[in-house]
Amino acid sequence: MAAETESERIRSGGPERTEAAAAALAAELRPGDVVLLRGGLGTGKTTFVRGAARALGVTEPVTSPTFTIGRRYEGDVAISHLDLHRLAGSGLAAEDPGMLDDYLTADAVAFVEWPEAAAAALVAPAATVTLAHAGGDAREITIERHGP
Amino acid sequence: MRRILAIETSCDDTCAAVLEGPRARSNVVSSQARLHARYGGIVPEVASRRHLELINPVIDAALEGGGTDLDRVDAVAVTVKPGLIGALLVGVSTAKSLAAATGKPLIPVDHLHGHVAAAFLEPEPLAPPFLALIVSGGHTLLAEVRAHGSFAVAGQTLDDAAGEALDKAARLLGLGFPGGPAIQREAAAGNPESFPMPVAMSRGGGLDFSFSGLKTALVYAVGDLGPERTLERRADLAASFQEAVVGQLVAKLRRALDRGGWEAVALGGGVAANALLRERATALCAERGVRLKLVPPELCTDNAAMIGSAARHAEPIAYPGYLALDAAAR
Repeated sequence: MAAETESERIRSGGPERTEAAAAALAAELRPGDVVLLRGGLGTGKTTFVRGAARALGVTEPVTSPTFTIGRRYEGDVAISHLDLHRLAGSGLAAEDPGMLDDYLTADAVAFVEWPEAAAAALVAPAATVTLAHAGGDAREITIERHGP
Repeated sequence: MRRILAIETSCDDTCAAVLEGPRARSNVVSSQARLHARYGGIVPEVASRRHLELINPVIDAALEGGGTDLDRVDAVAVTVKPGLIGALLVGVSTAKSLAAATGKPLIPVDHLHGHVAAAFLEPEPLAPPFLALIVSGGHTLLAEVRAHGSFAVAGQTLDDAAGEALDKAARLLGLGFPGGPAIQREAAAGNPESFPMPVAMSRGGGLDFSFSGLKTALVYAVGDLGPERTLERRADLAASFQEAVVGQLVAKLRRALDRGGWEAVALGGGVAANALLRERATALCAERGVRLKLVPPELCTDNAAMIGSAARHAEPIAYPGYLALDAAAR
């Protein structure tokens, strides 16, 4: 059965708008859902995750997981925030698809930056968010909601 | 004198140390830098697998180097948070096994308390109260240390850690990993005033840090210049970026000192090795008449001696109370 994908485009004027767009998406998410985030350095991937985490009840600082690869937060639901940039090109995720199991759990909503590195472990995302620079603080955000 | 075997596996290094009072009798760090250079960073799955391979030899080396054995240590300490779950679990499981097998108490330690407690170690131990600036790839923290056993967070990063910002800048400029030393080398030949970069300072006088605006400014500068001109101006870009990172760190430290009451500052974490940061912090503390403790490099990067140091002032759990102990990602 082919999944239906709905695509929404948002022009964000700054971090507040990006966080608000994320909050709207977060309201639709359920535990076990995985959201993929694409976009270059400084396009606002972590800002987007922060907005979603806030909407899901996380009050502590939501910071970049680049160095540690993964962070977990407790909000109204558990939230995993992964950044796989350091895995890119290593082939490790394909070698061992279970390596992200501590973070991709049934009780957590997971946000994955630079997901290409572990494509095999991320086959059925609930949504894909693509962010791009659009001059200054502006960003072009595309949210694709993938059907069940 | 209480003797502690300490274990740390929260990130990319497998570490073990033997502590006796404020003195590290051994401090073994099995650096995985060569392995990680291949991937431009830390690879968690590799880290867990490598931690598993290295943990026993590293502990043996620490016990031997410390002139002791497991039977003659009084307690086992281990980092339980924060970090990569799989990596932490290797250390926690090993520590639990060793402690349980010999009926010794276990002391769980927060990695950040370890960075603070590095200042308690010889040579020239620093005693509270003091202000600690901990700057690394994973953390950027201003801590108020009023007692050995705890610290209060006065400021922390709201987005990227300072070391991470340097790593990302190095990547954008085509320099190597880790980014801190690479940027520092390149910056030596550059003019720090050639590309004005934003230094995030909240108007409310807060002590939190932010480096993501700086990262975006560099993305735009590199985009405007194009690949060829970026290469030509690389030293200037590196110098300007480093200036902005260090500028913000020192400005927040200055603000914290302005609040008054501090007679000593400790500078720690991997980025504390940065020469410009050391120079600026030294100048600031001299100007204020405040003692500056520069934590030695081998105690700045991740290590187990600092975990043992924190453990000296933490609550031990008697056997078998710690068998259910788990690792936490944060």
